[in-house]
Amino acid sequence: MTRIGVVTFPGTLDDRDAARAVRVAGAESVNLFHTDHSLQDVDAVVLPGGFSYGDYLRAGAISRFSPIMEQVVDAANGGMPVLGICNGFQVLTEVHLLPGSMIKNNHLHFLCRDQVLRVENNDTAWTNAYDLGEEITIPLKNQDGQYVADEHTLDALEAEGRVAFRYVGGNPNGSRRDIAGVTNERGNVVGLMPHPEHAVEPGFGPDSREGGRSGTDGIGFFASAINALLTPA
Amino acid sequence: MPTIVVHVMPKPEILDPQGKAVGNALPRLGFEGFASVRQGKRFELTVDGDVTEEILDKAREAAETMLSNPVIEDVVAVEVVDS
Repeated sequence: MTRIGVVTFPGTLDDRDAARAVRVAGAESVNLFHTDHSLQDVDAVVLPGGFSYGDYLRAGAISRFSPIMEQVVDAANGGMPVLGICNGFQVLTEVHLLPGSMIKNNHLHFLCRDQVLRVENNDTAWTNAYDLGEEITIPLKNQDGQYVADEHTLDALEAEGRVAFRYVGGNPNGSRRDIAGVTNERGNVVGLMPHPEHAVEPGFGPDSREGGRSGTDGIGFFASAINALLTPA
Repeated sequence: MPTIVVHVMPKPEILDPQGKAVGNALPRLGFEGFASVRQGKRFELTVDGDVTEEILDKAREAAETMLSNPVIEDVVAVEVVDS
């Protein structure tokens, strides 16, 4: 069975939901701790959301120096699928696996709402279960969610198809070019601010056409990783 | 004890939401005449003993690699102050 590790840093909040999403998708979840020096032979890694180290210094800035991140960086450079959600995305930018950075939302408020995203690249380890251009709804909840990078980097991301997700129906935080998530060149490392792990089970997800809290659009992230691992490129 | 002070500011081209909010609040409180505000960070690294060139270099390296994120911030000064 595919084994997907979920890393817990001090201040991580969404590790349990991420682990549950992994299991709902049909893989085995493996708990990894920030002080670990081993990835325990997992096939993929999720860095979940929260406020690691209280967002002190900058969101993700201290977590990126933890022992487990050395292992994650090596594995990612070797092609292992790595997904960073919210604070996990911030850790991935701080450790330079993904370009850009997140600053405070342009309106300065913590924002929590169901958010529509458009899949802009479905050729990554975490998005291959979606159709190109498909619109999905998953929760968004953060204060430091404004994606920024210099114009040269943004142009390169667009040209190389590395914008993985864009916000639809209004930009919630001032992110450059409505970017909600990006991928690395190889497509194995993906980061995004909204939370797919909170939209995997009927009864607990966003509202959808099928009824209140019935949305399960996030499950595709985890299904994608399992696909990618079963059918290596 | 001697202290190395590191000043970090958001890059000029990065919109600074916190500085902007502070700037908007100033005239509401009667502090007129300020065109804009940018908010940065000041780190005080206290040194046990003398500030050698070696420890200053370490502080500069920490400033560039950990205390700031070059994507969004500039290290504007690393200076020694006696206190």
